[in-house]
Amino acid sequence: MRVEKAALAAALLLSAFAASAQTVKIGFITSYSGLNGNLGPYMERAVRLYLKQHEKELGGVKVELLTRDDTGPNPDKARQLAQELVVRDKVNLLAGVIFTPNAMAMAPIASEAKVPFVIMNAGTAVITTRSPYMVRTSFTLWQSSYPLGEWAAKKFKTAYTLVSDFGPGHDSEEAFGKAFSAGGGKIVGSVRAPLQNPDWAAYMQRVKDAKPDALMVFIPAGKTATAVMKNFSELGLDKAGIKLIGPGDITTDEELPNMGDVALGVITVHHYSAAGDRPANREFVAAWKKEYGQSETPNFVAVGAYDGAAIIVEAIRQQKGRLDPDKTMQIFRQWKSADSPRGPISIDPETRDIVQNEYLREVRKVNGQLANVELETLATALKDPWKELQKKK
Amino acid sequence: MSGYTSNPRIRPQESLPWIIAIAAFFLLPEYLSLGARILVYILFALSLDLILGYAGIITLGHSAFFGLGAYTAGILGAKYGVTDPFLQLIAAAAAAALLGISTGAVILRTKALTLLMLTLAITSIVLEIANKASWLTGGADGLSGVQVAPVLGLFKFDLFGRTAFIYCLVALFFGWLLVRRLIYSPFGAMLTGIRENTARMHAVGAPVYWRLVLVYTLSATMAGVAGALLTQVNQFVGLNVLGLEPSGDLLVMLILGGVGRLYGAFVGPVVYLVAQDYLAKQYPEYWYFGIGVLLIVVVLFARGGILGLFDKWLQALSRQRSSARASAR
Amino acid sequence: MILYVISVGLSVTMGLMGFINLAHGVFAMAGGFILSTAMTRLGLPFPLAVLAAFVVVSAGSIVLERLLYSRLYAAGDLAQVLFSIGLILISMAVARLIYGNLAAPVFLPDYLRGQVHILGRDFPTYRVFLIVFSSLLIAALWFGVERTRWGAMVRAAVDNRGMAQSVGINTRQLFMATFALGSGLAGLGGALGADILPVQWSYPFEHLVYFLIVVAVGGLGSLRGPFVAALLIGVADTACKYWIPEFGAFLIYVATMAILLWRPMGLFGVRA
Repeated sequence: MRVEKAALAAALLLSAFAASAQTVKIGFITSYSGLNGNLGPYMERAVRLYLKQHEKELGGVKVELLTRDDTGPNPDKARQLAQELVVRDKVNLLAGVIFTPNAMAMAPIASEAKVPFVIMNAGTAVITTRSPYMVRTSFTLWQSSYPLGEWAAKKFKTAYTLVSDFGPGHDSEEAFGKAFSAGGGKIVGSVRAPLQNPDWAAYMQRVKDAKPDALMVFIPAGKTATAVMKNFSELGLDKAGIKLIGPGDITTDEELPNMGDVALGVITVHHYSAAGDRPANREFVAAWKKEYGQSETPNFVAVGAYDGAAIIVEAIRQQKGRLDPDKTMQIFRQWKSADSPRGPISIDPETRDIVQNEYLREVRKVNGQLANVELETLATALKDPWKELQKKK
Repeated sequence: MSGYTSNPRIRPQESLPWIIAIAAFFLLPEYLSLGARILVYILFALSLDLILGYAGIITLGHSAFFGLGAYTAGILGAKYGVTDPFLQLIAAAAAAALLGISTGAVILRTKALTLLMLTLAITSIVLEIANKASWLTGGADGLSGVQVAPVLGLFKFDLFGRTAFIYCLVALFFGWLLVRRLIYSPFGAMLTGIRENTARMHAVGAPVYWRLVLVYTLSATMAGVAGALLTQVNQFVGLNVLGLEPSGDLLVMLILGGVGRLYGAFVGPVVYLVAQDYLAKQYPEYWYFGIGVLLIVVVLFARGGILGLFDKWLQALSRQRSSARASAR
Repeated sequence: MILYVISVGLSVTMGLMGFINLAHGVFAMAGGFILSTAMTRLGLPFPLAVLAAFVVVSAGSIVLERLLYSRLYAAGDLAQVLFSIGLILISMAVARLIYGNLAAPVFLPDYLRGQVHILGRDFPTYRVFLIVFSSLLIAALWFGVERTRWGAMVRAAVDNRGMAQSVGINTRQLFMATFALGSGLAGLGGALGADILPVQWSYPFEHLVYFLIVVAVGGLGSLRGPFVAALLIGVADTACKYWIPEFGAFLIYVATMAILLWRPMGLFGVRA
């Protein structure tokens, strides 16, 4: 089988050589349909925006984005798409992916075919350990939920956790629980809700009866959050004095307008808010609105893809479009940027995971619109806490 | 509707599917993993045809056996270090058979809607268990890292799907042989009898109920093997092998090809999966629409599916020929 | 409770016409979409929009019945199952084309939001409203079937179609009207339930199992059956999620199986 791999590698190199204008093919797999399928376009737009803005750096190399719809948390389909992209379309890179199960299923393909895989969203901590060819430019649930737990322990005595039953949900629950308990708080209950179509009312009733000071929620970013918010207020949990908190996935910038005033006052911890007050962000948001419409706003999914595009462009620039998989991974590992819309970021060379700041935010009305207002920087240059804890073991 | 002919000898046209498959192996190396999936679904469709086309049992729950087989192989390969592919297949077959006989014995006493509901309930239960027991099945994340040792110690399951294709082809061959022997036997004749006129079969003293349970179990076993094959080919298993969707898809595939005719199970999946590969990526909405319309058209006008149409066309041709001959005299 | 409203129509059409119509969820979905469109695009107030859902879906179903369903009455179970699956696929595709990926946005009127205080506990107003409404509905339906002439004709036709026809009942028109009513009820249910069961393109498939369970457990051709079944299932489901959330929908399926095996005709089944 080594002959096959050599043949594949040779074919990749040859195709890179043979093209007269250098072309880099990126297999871009994300969700355009299915659960929270409205997020795929945010990823794609961010990548295209970055490519457009930095065309000069590409130095004449053409970038071809082959987009594919994995239709939601569908690992089987994602794997099949990745396999086809690598074998049939001979892509140089794989990128995208919103959902953890999809990323995990694609890992063996990236490894076997030696195709660098830039994860632009999927947030479960363990993903990047599944393949040496994976790099992540988005976030991990531990990065947001652990500082959240630390902060919450200072404000609340008891908390209840409600998460969706899949990788990121488990991570968020564990991270928050660990930090909260370590800080002296007590978790009075935790529930995992099915990923598809849960009936939130029953869960909310349970929470209400347990009377915690705070309810920590994690669900996949987007429409699910609106349903949770509605049920939270409909069952009167806000009036009962329970505070709703969570990682920023529960108050994504593009979904806030649909949530209505029920979202006011919700406190979250996340690495990106469209309302973030930084020059790089102001430029980013302005460019986004200019390109895609004044009523559009980027969100954290977009930022993950934007910075993902940044590292790809850097790899292309340094190698002049002739991408060698191992050299590409080298370049990825050493990447730093002080100017991302979310603040200073870098890639941890050991774990190939993102290192970034985490901000404490509150949903407030700004100029009549709901926004995630950044209150303070809770953590600076935070490496993924889960991996750090693993090291200590 | 064929089922029992007095001539069980293998006709020369029947080697056609195998020739096409082998040709595909050499001519379409980039499409072999799609090919392997098609082969798996053909086996799955054969298993459904056995009970639907021949015994007349309408079920939407066949994915339960498929999924159980898939997860058995997956769990063994990922969690318990049982990596020999044949062992995995045997275990999957056993598990599916067990589920088949236990559920079949219970539900085959009912008919029509009740039976349909029960099959749905069963596959939904299996789905729920797989979803909840995430410590074992990986839940919504799926089970990745399924280790499958090289077949016969020599042929590793590679990225291009070559080993997978041949492996599935051989498995399908055996499945096909089995089904063929079954339907061209007195047992097969009895199945057709049960399907066409159950009351009369009872009157003739045939043990209807137990025959149904037997064929249901056999069908379940085959479906389980098909599921295991899919897991081995992908080295991955996720929740999508269970529930209403794969059952529904399979039903559509079989109807397209033609129910109750051995080769409908071959034609249907090929047409469906190839078309899906080509069309559904670009225009998923149009894909559903197209399949829906096709299904209704088939139900209204072409009950025998593609092979049925083919038959009619052949008949029309031979009628033309004989009338030409007649008028020539 | 929404399950009831949607499913009672299914019970009647399936029991009456003996037609296995899996596509019932399509009518419910249509009702939900119509409600949403009526309220957001046309600005109709909630009650009118709900009525619109009922009327439009009924009318639409008549068209479908004339064109397609009527051809398949004698066609056999498999054909009917396949046909209804085909219909589901088509309607899902159309829904996706028209409404995209998102659930239809529904904004309940203020008087139906919040909570009511009954017997010392707080209940969400809307759910209370639904329970009351469904109870009124079943009362109306029961009255209609048991006490009116139309109801008598329907019952006669269900029991013995041939006989009913020879007595001079125009069964074809009756079927058409009943199908329209059943589908309209589905649309009504979909519209009313749109806040709780979000209406999106995958609706018919997602909830198919639930509708079928309610009908199969309740018994074909019966009105009380689906009501009791929906009640049982709704209560059991919520209770399970409350007390033992780890088991979720699991117990519903097991319970369904148990009931169906004990009573294959459903709890109140009419057909022998």
